[in-house]
Amino acid sequence: MIQFDTVHKRFPNGTTAVHDLTLDMPEGGVTVLVGSSGCGKTTTLRMINRMVEPTSGAIRVGGRDVLEQDAADLRRSIGYVIQQSGLFPHRTVLDNIATVPLLLGWGRRKARARAAELLETVGLTADAGKRYPHQLSGGQQQRVGVARALAADPPVLLMDEPFGAVDPVVRTQLQDELLRLQRELSKTIVFVTHDIDEAVRLGDRIAVFRTGGHLVQCAAPAELLARPADDFVADFLGAERGLKLLSLVPLAGVPQGPAPQDGDWALRLDAAGAPLAWRHKDGDAADLPVRPLRDGDSLLAALDESLASPTGLVARVDAEGRLTGVSSRDDIHEGAARERDRCVRGPVGADHAVPRAPAAAGSTRDDVEGRA
Amino acid sequence: MYELFKDLGAWLVSGEQWTGPDGIGHRLAEHLQYSLLATLVAAAIALPLGLLIGHTGRGAFVAINLASFGRALPTVGLVVLVFLVSGLSMWPVYIALVALAVPSIVTNTYAGMTAVDRDVKDAARGQGMRAHQVLFQVELPLALPLIMTGLRLALIQVVATATIAAYVSFGGLGRYVFDGLAQRDLVQVLGGAVLVAVVAVVLDLALSALQRALFRHRPAQRA
Repeated sequence: MIQFDTVHKRFPNGTTAVHDLTLDMPEGGVTVLVGSSGCGKTTTLRMINRMVEPTSGAIRVGGRDVLEQDAADLRRSIGYVIQQSGLFPHRTVLDNIATVPLLLGWGRRKARARAAELLETVGLTADAGKRYPHQLSGGQQQRVGVARALAADPPVLLMDEPFGAVDPVVRTQLQDELLRLQRELSKTIVFVTHDIDEAVRLGDRIAVFRTGGHLVQCAAPAELLARPADDFVADFLGAERGLKLLSLVPLAGVPQGPAPQDGDWALRLDAAGAPLAWRHKDGDAADLPVRPLRDGDSLLAALDESLASPTGLVARVDAEGRLTGVSSRDDIHEGAARERDRCVRGPVGADHAVPRAPAAAGSTRDDVEGRA
Repeated sequence: MYELFKDLGAWLVSGEQWTGPDGIGHRLAEHLQYSLLATLVAAAIALPLGLLIGHTGRGAFVAINLASFGRALPTVGLVVLVFLVSGLSMWPVYIALVALAVPSIVTNTYAGMTAVDRDVKDAARGQGMRAHQVLFQVELPLALPLIMTGLRLALIQVVATATIAAYVSFGGLGRYVFDGLAQRDLVQVLGGAVLVAVVAVVLDLALSALQRALFRHRPAQRA
């Protein structure tokens, strides 16, 4: 969908922001550009909608060279979300969202109707539409920023550290919302961040940049975590690289056995068969809480639960929440090692060497990452 | 002292003082006419200049230096100078008043334009606004509170200074000041001065109230 062909950007002051970049961003996927500040990731993003012009090379969006299109028309066809939202303080939220439809000449009534629809899409009340941006919280402003970018239903969405200025709790919410929206809309998204956790959560592919505008590695999150191209990437991914990888692998492949009946601890179930708590057989100790996991939950969540559980066993449930069996700490460790091996030995360049934990697991993954 | 204020009070409220060609009503109308016309002409010159400098970011030194130039400008000197060149006409008065008003309008317009958040301008361009759309739909509306402040300041300065029309034999509230000085009629001098001050203060309050009403939805100005 978006192709960079040996794109070079040198600023008038002599610094090279992007160095001979060749990169494909697949249609309907989230490509995350990460790197420390000054690595050229924002410049790369801004060259897509010609907010920055490349010094040499070609950038094509949907097969068309961006430099051959009128800059304003091009930008109207691409959604653009920036940090601090960049909303117009003198316009109501509704009129902010209606910006691009109005520029495209939809007429005020149709543009406003579309804007009202989008308020709901991004999880804001109709009441918020009449307010002014400064009357909203930071997180709400970012939602409006996303709604504004989506207003004319562009196929491509550029997001420049959109969640960089909100607190971690709201940030997680906004990330969830974005994943939910993306499942419905399947836009081609280019997302810039310096937060590797955010990149792993959101990205279908992650492009790691090094200072001087060099692209070091571009791969699916699991492959990147399992096989960083060099020490720079490994350093950038951080110390908990293995755990981050586990957050991407679903529990489904780990074997399960019957729940223990005669051990020190047994699972107490409700009438429907859903686990309630771990109970000691002699009643010596108080019940311990259990957090049952579904097949879609990540290995990281399972590992966490196995450490918290008194027996080292993880209660597994089906979609309705009924107990299906338990997995031991060893099962989980083996599963983790197997997935890691698969990533490391998998064919080079394979985009999805590891299946990603499916979307349904979103909420439980949050809990784990929130605690980590 | 008490006598003086009593006479001043009598002068201000007496019926015959307000009517006729020499009356306060007529002089007030003349004064406002000079002031408004001069401010309008100044705005016609200064607004485009300030907007251009603010939008392009070029020639900022002009905007900045105009402010100090305006403060240092000897208005009476300018009136006399143009008077000597052009002879007896309203030209010296208008030229001096316009020259007085232009700097504060230019500098405030420029300040208003530069105070517009860079992120907001960037977002406007990024959404696909063309240069003129960024200027008229984003920069100008956001700079408007400061632009109006500039116009208000200019008008107040002009109102206070328009007394010089009488210096070169024209009307306005300055008539009382200069006539009173010539006739050693202190009450008349004081009456003229008080009227000018009252007009300036009333205009200032009215325009401030208008500004507050217009921009009540705006977040607190940072500038």
